[in-house]
Amino acid sequence: MKNFYRTVDLDAYKKRLLLLLLVITAVFAILLARLIFLQIIEGADYLRLSANNCIRLQDIDPLRGLIFDRSGKCLVENRPSFDLNIIPNDAGNVDDTLYTLAEITGFSHQDLQKNYQKNKRGGAYRPVLLFANVDRDVVASVMANKFDLPGVEVNLKPRRHYLYDRFAAHMIGYLGEISKNELNCERFSGYEVGCFVGKCGVERVFEPYLRGRKGGRQVEVNANGQVMRVLRTVPAEPGNNIYLTIDFDLQQKTEELLKGLSGAAVALDPFTGEVLALASSPAFDQNSFIRGMSSHQWRELVTDPRKPLINKATQAEYPPGSVYKIITAMAGLQEKVITPDETVYCPGFYKYGDRISRCWKESGHGRLSIADALAQSCDVFFYDLGVKVGVERLAWYAKACGLGRPTGIDLVAEEDGLVPSEKWKLGRLGEPWYGGETLSVAIGQGYNLVTPIQMAVLTAAVANGGVIKKPLILKQIETVEGTVVKEGQAVDKGLLPADPDTLAIIWEGLWKVVNDKTGTAFYRVYSPNFDISGKTGTAQVVASPEEKEGQQAGVVDAIKPHAWFVAYAPSENPRIAVAVIIERGGHGSHVAGPIVKEMITTYLSENPTL
Amino acid sequence: MFEATEGKRQVDWGILLPVFLLGIIGVVAIYSAAASETPHLQRILCIKQTVWFCGGLLMIIFSLFFNYKRLFSWADGIYIISLLLLVGVLFLGREAGGARRWLPVGPVAVQPSELVKITLVIMLAKYYSQKSVMDGLTLRYLMVPIALTAVPFVLIWLQPDLGTGMLLVLIAGLITGFIKVQRRTLIGFGAAMLVTGPLLWMFLLKPYQKQRVLTLLNPDRDPLGAGYHIIQSKIAIGSGMIFGKGYMKGTQNALAFLPEQHTDFIFSVLSEEWGLVGASVVMLLYFFIIVWGISIAYKCKDPFGIILAVGVTGVIFWQVAINIGMVMGLLPVVGVPLPLISYGGSSVLTFMMCIAVLMNVSKKQTWIE
Repeated sequence: MKNFYRTVDLDAYKKRLLLLLLVITAVFAILLARLIFLQIIEGADYLRLSANNCIRLQDIDPLRGLIFDRSGKCLVENRPSFDLNIIPNDAGNVDDTLYTLAEITGFSHQDLQKNYQKNKRGGAYRPVLLFANVDRDVVASVMANKFDLPGVEVNLKPRRHYLYDRFAAHMIGYLGEISKNELNCERFSGYEVGCFVGKCGVERVFEPYLRGRKGGRQVEVNANGQVMRVLRTVPAEPGNNIYLTIDFDLQQKTEELLKGLSGAAVALDPFTGEVLALASSPAFDQNSFIRGMSSHQWRELVTDPRKPLINKATQAEYPPGSVYKIITAMAGLQEKVITPDETVYCPGFYKYGDRISRCWKESGHGRLSIADALAQSCDVFFYDLGVKVGVERLAWYAKACGLGRPTGIDLVAEEDGLVPSEKWKLGRLGEPWYGGETLSVAIGQGYNLVTPIQMAVLTAAVANGGVIKKPLILKQIETVEGTVVKEGQAVDKGLLPADPDTLAIIWEGLWKVVNDKTGTAFYRVYSPNFDISGKTGTAQVVASPEEKEGQQAGVVDAIKPHAWFVAYAPSENPRIAVAVIIERGGHGSHVAGPIVKEMITTYLSENPTL
Repeated sequence: MFEATEGKRQVDWGILLPVFLLGIIGVVAIYSAAASETPHLQRILCIKQTVWFCGGLLMIIFSLFFNYKRLFSWADGIYIISLLLLVGVLFLGREAGGARRWLPVGPVAVQPSELVKITLVIMLAKYYSQKSVMDGLTLRYLMVPIALTAVPFVLIWLQPDLGTGMLLVLIAGLITGFIKVQRRTLIGFGAAMLVTGPLLWMFLLKPYQKQRVLTLLNPDRDPLGAGYHIIQSKIAIGSGMIFGKGYMKGTQNALAFLPEQHTDFIFSVLSEEWGLVGASVVMLLYFFIIVWGISIAYKCKDPFGIILAVGVTGVIFWQVAINIGMVMGLLPVVGVPLPLISYGGSSVLTFMMCIAVLMNVSKKQTWIE
């Protein structure tokens, strides 16, 4: 064992150990001295401060960022409001104080007690919310009787206010109290119970920018909980302001046109993808979410068969109807299944096997080229073309045109739509594809489903020469001082699978829809001031259970088809692309067409070319 | 070889008395400090702490069957394992409060940065015990210890956990200082620190870390965060006065005014409820353990054992000094727990490992005699 040790100077170690002991003893002496200083010399002072827990923190809520339209018109702001709180420990007997408060304010004692129990959480010095957004006379009477109401305080709080009733409600969204699930999310770390957060739309998507940063103050209070002095203040940082791409006048006009109808309308700038208007009807009152709704109001809102809470522009899927013929035509021309000059004879019906499918025009269209077939929306022509192209190639073109997947608009829960194919049907329904079904798909009546925003993007892509744009809702984000934090960037998501020659034929067809006397929308949409190119669509749909309910209630006419109209204008150098669907609106050109025309007229007359 | 001397083994059980007392004080204090949590959680915290404490005791007894000299040959292995765990934390760690510090191992989460405190001590003890130190260490000999400390330091920095990182530097510094550094080297080192210090400050510290140091110098800088915590902690300690407010009667504590009151700020709770009497007893218990640790080193004749004993004593000393200094407003608010009293399994086990090493070294010397 002895070999293990080398000769070391253990005495040197011992000397150093004693030194170490000395140093450590000195450190402990300092700590003990500090303890004595705090507990004996300053002890009485600290005891006084701890008696009522005199030093407290109060939150200062940040002002949430404002929301503007593209030209800087304010759409959403914050207004001062008053919250009635109680601090349990300062109140002494909370129940007695609530009785007094009920007498003074006229609130029922039961409500006060109920809210107190509901909002109470750990820490007797944390204010408990009794009533939010109370009237000014309540504030006045509470202030006047302050000494009879220990622990009761009135807090000034900024409250969200949507300036125009129901304006762009689905796009802007609303605020609500943070939920338990949200509190557990990484995204909401730093949020507390009772915070208001964006629940949908822009308010939700841009929450991190809008929110700002909470400040606070350190105050010393007396035994009644009244602030004696403010020791330190950290000001709150206001959130960033958001400029949307929407055009106030066009949005307002669009909502006016949709009033009383159920449906959606989207207008895009075809070259940037900027959303100029996005409306879903019926809309909801955003301010009612801020005020708080009764359970009755809430139930009415969620059970309304017209589904006001759904953003029909992005979250509702419809069969595209004849609008889909744009894609069938594109596939046919591109695959050289048909030439631009080739004609097909329409006798008013089409025979496939032993089944007869009718054209919408029973007397038949006669001989038609593809451009005229688009203009007159001849079903027989596209039955024939669809069969020749086949469902697989149709599906490929539809997907290449951006259907069957979200457009990527910065709004949550966008739907995919559906592009049917043989594989899809086998997987989903467990059945093989029947040839006859291709006929329906070719004219947009089969299993196909699209969202209005997808149709708008497709229309914009046709208009701009073939670029599929991501719909953009953000123009820019600025700090309150006006420094730009983030700018909306136009994003190309791909190109339409169409050569310039193919596109030229489609342009011709869509131009004829509105500007040729034979076109399906000539009578309703033609404008002498500028050329509009468009496509009608009429989608036959079996009534959903909600719609049947609505039918009984008399709010929905579930027998009529959905009416589509998509268009861009001016036909040369287009500046706006629009897609409109009116649920149960009847024929596309009748209801949807005039709305599109009005929207285009509004936008083009307000924004004349320079 | 070791087995032959089995019969002569004499274990110094005396040190377990203050350890027992601190362990009990810890569980009792946690029960009070967690009073603002739900009763269920309050009980769970106490039970878990007790389980870890008992586990630590078993570990001590188990460790007595080994000779601490085996650590000499194990040093490289356990050092590398602890580094791998630190790397693992960065990739697989559980994130909490913006930092990754815990590594989930089955049902529990361990903090490898706690373990590395011990493995670093063992590694340094191995290195220094092989060097002749008559004239003091020169820079050439210091390169290895610096590297041994820097690697875990950087890994912990990345978590980020500046407090534990600095603790490693302090532990290594204490051991190295004890070994004796050549005067010239020391002066050169001091000068280098003066130059690099400001650079580190500018480029390496994160804003919140700078804020914490600045908050110490001037608590007004962050009145809603650290500044408020220091003030509340001082109110809690000060208002305890001589005899305290009584167990479970601390008002600062009951109202959840203190941050992390069952972990880093538990000494505030203790001082508020037990006053100067209770707080100084706790400090004395720590002091006793530390003096005992030094006395073991004093009696030991083996350089490895001496340095090992000094090192683990240093681990305990720095944590106690920094934690108590912090809650009394003498040092920055860094996340260093109070050994054995703060809630936390990894922290309790680290402390028990320190005790195990000390007992082992003491056993060896009685056995040699």
